[in-house]
Amino acid sequence: MSVLDLTSIEELDRPPIDIRRVDPDVVRTYLGGAVASFAATWLICFQLTSMSGWVGFTAIFALVTLILVWVLAYLQWGRVLAADHAARVLIGMTAAIAVAPLVWIVATVAARGWHALSIAFWTKDLRFAGPQDPFDAGGVAHSIVGTLEVVGIAMLISVPLGVTSAVFLNEIGGSLARLVRMLTDAMSAVPSIVAGLFVFAVFIQSDMLPQSGFAAAIALSLLMLPTITRTTEVVLRLVPGGLREASLALGGSEWRTTRNVVLPTARAGIVTAVILGIARVIGETAPLILTMLGAQIFNANPFSTDKQDALPLFVWNQVKLATGSEGVALQRAWSGAFVLMVLVLALFVAARLLGTGRTRQRSSRRHERSMRARRVRTVHPEKERP
Amino acid sequence: MTLLDDQRLDRPVESRPLNTLTARSVSAWFGSHKVLERVDLEMRAREVTALIGPSGCGKSTFLRILNRMHELVPSASLAGNVSLDGRDIYRHDLPVTEIRRRIGMVFQKPNPFPAMTVAENVVAGLRLCGRRITRAERDDVTEACLRRAGLWSEVRTRLDANGGALSGGQQQRLCIARALAVQPDVLLMDEPCSALDPTSTRRIEETIAELREEITIVIVTHNMQQAHRVSDQCAFFLAGEHEPGRIVEAGATAKIFSSPDDPRTLDYVNGRFG
Repeated sequence: MSVLDLTSIEELDRPPIDIRRVDPDVVRTYLGGAVASFAATWLICFQLTSMSGWVGFTAIFALVTLILVWVLAYLQWGRVLAADHAARVLIGMTAAIAVAPLVWIVATVAARGWHALSIAFWTKDLRFAGPQDPFDAGGVAHSIVGTLEVVGIAMLISVPLGVTSAVFLNEIGGSLARLVRMLTDAMSAVPSIVAGLFVFAVFIQSDMLPQSGFAAAIALSLLMLPTITRTTEVVLRLVPGGLREASLALGGSEWRTTRNVVLPTARAGIVTAVILGIARVIGETAPLILTMLGAQIFNANPFSTDKQDALPLFVWNQVKLATGSEGVALQRAWSGAFVLMVLVLALFVAARLLGTGRTRQRSSRRHERSMRARRVRTVHPEKERP
Repeated sequence: MTLLDDQRLDRPVESRPLNTLTARSVSAWFGSHKVLERVDLEMRAREVTALIGPSGCGKSTFLRILNRMHELVPSASLAGNVSLDGRDIYRHDLPVTEIRRRIGMVFQKPNPFPAMTVAENVVAGLRLCGRRITRAERDDVTEACLRRAGLWSEVRTRLDANGGALSGGQQQRLCIARALAVQPDVLLMDEPCSALDPTSTRRIEETIAELREEITIVIVTHNMQQAHRVSDQCAFFLAGEHEPGRIVEAGATAKIFSSPDDPRTLDYVNGRFG
C-alpha cells in the first residue's frame, strides 16, 4: 500500500495541500519586528530625545523594522532567507510610500470637497452665484461640459495622429523615423504654458480663432500627442514579430497586417496610451487661461466667441476669489477638484470598458451563431478521420 | 489571370496546374555574411520535400526565400532564381502578396493571432488578402480547413475561444488550417513539430500525408525519423565552419536514408554528427 492510498477519494476532491498557506512563523517575524520597532522608535523619539515630527518617526520606524526583521529572520533561518525577508519588507514599505501621496491627495480632496455631493452643484452654473452667495446657488455644470468637450476634441485630434505616428515609427521606420521620434520626445518636454502661448499667438492673436474651447483643445492636443505617440509606439513594439510574419506569409499587405493584426493585438495597450494622454491634459490649467479664458455661464458650443469654462479653471478662479481659509469660494474650489477626480475616474473606467468590450460582444454573437450551426450539423452524422 | 482564379480548387485535382517549385543557383546574404551558396533544388508537385541538416546551415533561410519572406530582413540580399511552374517569383509581375498567398508558410513557433477567436484565425488570411465572403461561406471554410488540419473534432465546441487558449499542438494545427484557408499551392513548414509532443507531432504528420495529394509541401525538420516518415524527396544542407550552407546531397528519401552518395549524409542521417 502506497502513501497516496491513505488519502480517501473524498479528501482528494479538495486540494490536499494548501499551497497558499501563509507560514505563521513568517507572520510572527514581521509582526514581532514591527511591534518591537514601534516600541523602540517611540522610546527613541519621545522619551530619549524630544523629536516630535511624524516624518522622522516614520523614517526611524521603517529603518528599525527592517533591521529587526532581518535579525529575527537571521536567527531562525540563516543569512540567505534573512536577506530575502528583509528585501520583501523593504520593497513593501517602498510601495506603500509610493502609494501614500495618492491616497493622501484623494482623501484630502474627498474630505474638503464633499459638498460636491449635491445635485445643484452638478446641474447649475455660476451665473447667479457670487463668492458670498450660498453654496447651492451655483455649480460646475458649465465647467464639466467645457472639460468634456475640450478633452474630447483634443482626443479627436491627437489619438488618430498619435496612433498613425506610432505606426509610422514602428511599422515603417527608416531614417525619417529617427527624426520624428526625436521631435516627439522634444515635444513631450514642451511646458504646457508654452503650448497655450503658441495657440494664443498663432491662432488667437491672428484672429483665426476666438478664445474658445476649440482653441484650448488645440493647445491640449499638442500636449497629448507626444504621450500618445510614444506610448503607442512602445506597445506596438511589444507585438511579436512572428504575428506580422504570419500575416504577411498569408498574403496580407502591410496595411492589412497593421490594421487586422498589429493594432487589434495592441488594443489594450493603445487604450492605455489614450488614458495616459487624457491624464496628461485633463488637469492642465495654464494653457486654458490663455486660450479659453474661463466663464461663469453654461455654453456648450466650443466654437463660439462666448467663452467656455473647464474644471481646472473653475478651481483656479474660485481659489482666487477665496478669502482666508474658509468661505464658499474655497468650498467650491475643493468641490470642483472633487468633481474633476470623479470625472477622471469615470473616463478611465469607460476607456477600459471600450478597450475590451467590443471583442466580448462580437464573440458572444459568434457563439450564438455557431451554437445554431452545431444543432443543424448534429442531424447529419459527420465523417471525420480518426 | 489563371493564377488569380479563385475557382481553381473546385476543379478536379488532375486539371489543376502543377506546382513545382524550382530553385536555381540561389545564394543569400545577411549583410556581408553569406549564408547560402548556389543552392539548386527542385521541389516537385504533390511530393513532400524535406530539408535536413544541422542548425545554422541555411535551411530556414532557404525556406524563407521560397515565399519571399527573406527580403523582410533589412540586411538580407539574394542571388539566383526561384520559380513556381517556370515563373520566376522574384521577377514575375505578380504582386508579392499574391506570391505569398500561393506559397503559404507554417512557422516553427505556433503563432495564432491573439486578438482573434479560433474561427476568426482560420479565415484571417481571407480578410488579410482582402477577399470578401459571405457568412455561410466563412463557416464552411472554417470547418473545411479545420477538418483538413485534423483539428475540427477538438475545437468544434470552442470556435469562439481565443486562439491562444488552445494547447501548443492545437495552435500549430490551427496555424496550418489558417494557412490552408487561402488555398495555397505550396506549403512551406519550418520545423512545425519542434515544440510539440509526440501525439501532436503524429497528428501533424498525418495532416501532411493527406495534404500531399493536393499541394506541394516543403518541410524543414531536425527529426530524422520524421523526415524519413513524411518525405518523398530529401535535401541535406551543410555549412562548413565560416562557410555558407550548401546542399551536399538531394534525392529520393529512401536513397538518402539507405545508400547516400556522400559519406557525410550517411553520418548525419544516422546521427553520427550534427
